[in-house]
Amino acid sequence: MIRVVLPPHLRTLARVTKEVTLEIEGPVTQRAVLNVLEASYPMLTGTIRDHITQERRPFLRFFACEQDLSHESPDAPLPEEVASGAEPFLIVGAIAGG
Amino acid sequence: MSGVRVLVGTRKGAFVLTSDGKREKWDVSGPHFGGWEIYHLKGSPVDPNRLYASQSTGWFGQILQRSDDGGQTWEPVDNKFEYDGVPGTHQWYDGTPHPWEFKRVWHLEPSLSDPDTVYAGVEDAAMFRSTDGGRSWQELAGLRGHGSGPNWQPGAGGLCLHTILLDPSNPERIFIAISAAGVFRTDDAGKTWQPINRGLRSEFLPDQDAEVGHCVHRIAMHRSRPNVLFMQKHWNVMRTDDAGESWHEVSGNLPTDFGFVIDVHAHEPETIYVLPIKSDSEHYPPDGKLRVYRSRTGGNEWEALTNGLPQSDCYVNVLRDAMSVDSLDPCGVYFGTTGGQVYCSADAGDSWNPIVRDLPPVLSVEVQTLP
Repeated sequence: MIRVVLPPHLRTLARVTKEVTLEIEGPVTQRAVLNVLEASYPMLTGTIRDHITQERRPFLRFFACEQDLSHESPDAPLPEEVASGAEPFLIVGAIAGG
Repeated sequence: MSGVRVLVGTRKGAFVLTSDGKREKWDVSGPHFGGWEIYHLKGSPVDPNRLYASQSTGWFGQILQRSDDGGQTWEPVDNKFEYDGVPGTHQWYDGTPHPWEFKRVWHLEPSLSDPDTVYAGVEDAAMFRSTDGGRSWQELAGLRGHGSGPNWQPGAGGLCLHTILLDPSNPERIFIAISAAGVFRTDDAGKTWQPINRGLRSEFLPDQDAEVGHCVHRIAMHRSRPNVLFMQKHWNVMRTDDAGESWHEVSGNLPTDFGFVIDVHAHEPETIYVLPIKSDSEHYPPDGKLRVYRSRTGGNEWEALTNGLPQSDCYVNVLRDAMSVDSLDPCGVYFGTTGGQVYCSADAGDSWNPIVRDLPPVLSVEVQTLP
């Protein structure tokens, strides 16, 4: 079970009030997490990564285990603590704009 | 008794303002989608409870929302706007080629006959259509495919398709406007398009009367006379009497002919409204006086409407999609400001009252006249 913490506006959009949990089959990577997240919450499609290019939107960051994983390959394995559910995968809005 | 529902898009959410036909007491609902930019929301003329809303931010991109109960509840629908084929390039501000990139939906125009059909004008400028209530979108690629597309250049607000006018007498005919490309018309329901900018002159262009490249801010039509269009251009208020084949200036005695909004009285096709703004670098009214100007002669002769509007120290702007009219009698006229005020005139502009004063900056105002 993977735990994902969404930024507040995406929690509202997805109509969830706290972190979401996902079941991932196979290697736990950013791409796998986002694929299952979007399949579970279709309204989030296009809000975290671009519809066409599948690239992370520039004002969002991916954190876990006190590390910034934003620039890791989307196919790189996430930390074991995330894969085991001990630590959440954090999707965070950058401090920018207003 | 009939009533009105005013749909207000702001920098930080949507607001729905409702009143009875007197338009004196208002109920304010919102913010809906708080924290998001709502560039535009509009209701279907066929089913007034069917609303569409464009919701976006720089963080999360574009969301499209739909309501089937007049804005009480909303459902996200498809937000994938994929250009048809290889998108190619348009010009960047410095004249270099720049790839076409979807940024946001500026304007939503529901069909005049089918609540499930809705058009979207987007940045970078293109036109999309949904025929399933927003659950999927397809580009009307003939517009960008017009030979001039690679020469289109963004205005200060971006390369946006911001106005869509559907001809009520001819379902095959649609007018659209793009900043800064100009006005285009299709006569085959969007398959092919032609620029209709003859008569426009723009000093910022090397060829001042070029076929495309004009920064058209807004066009408006009275549904009884779809061949007559009025235009607020970057500078100049213009008019065409032949569906855009030729335009002539009707700025007349306006204190400045720069501005964004223009609209037509619901029952008097020759009565039009603009809100002059001092200049393109001073986006506020001349002399700190917020004045709507009305022409009852289809342009050239204008009168200032000031009753109830601030006449000193007012330095707000009124953006291109932020004026609308209802179809009650007398006609109601509405506009919203970047200062967060939404004003209503229930007597065709003779007097004004603020419905609300302290919303976030207003991006768009649409009015529905309810049975």
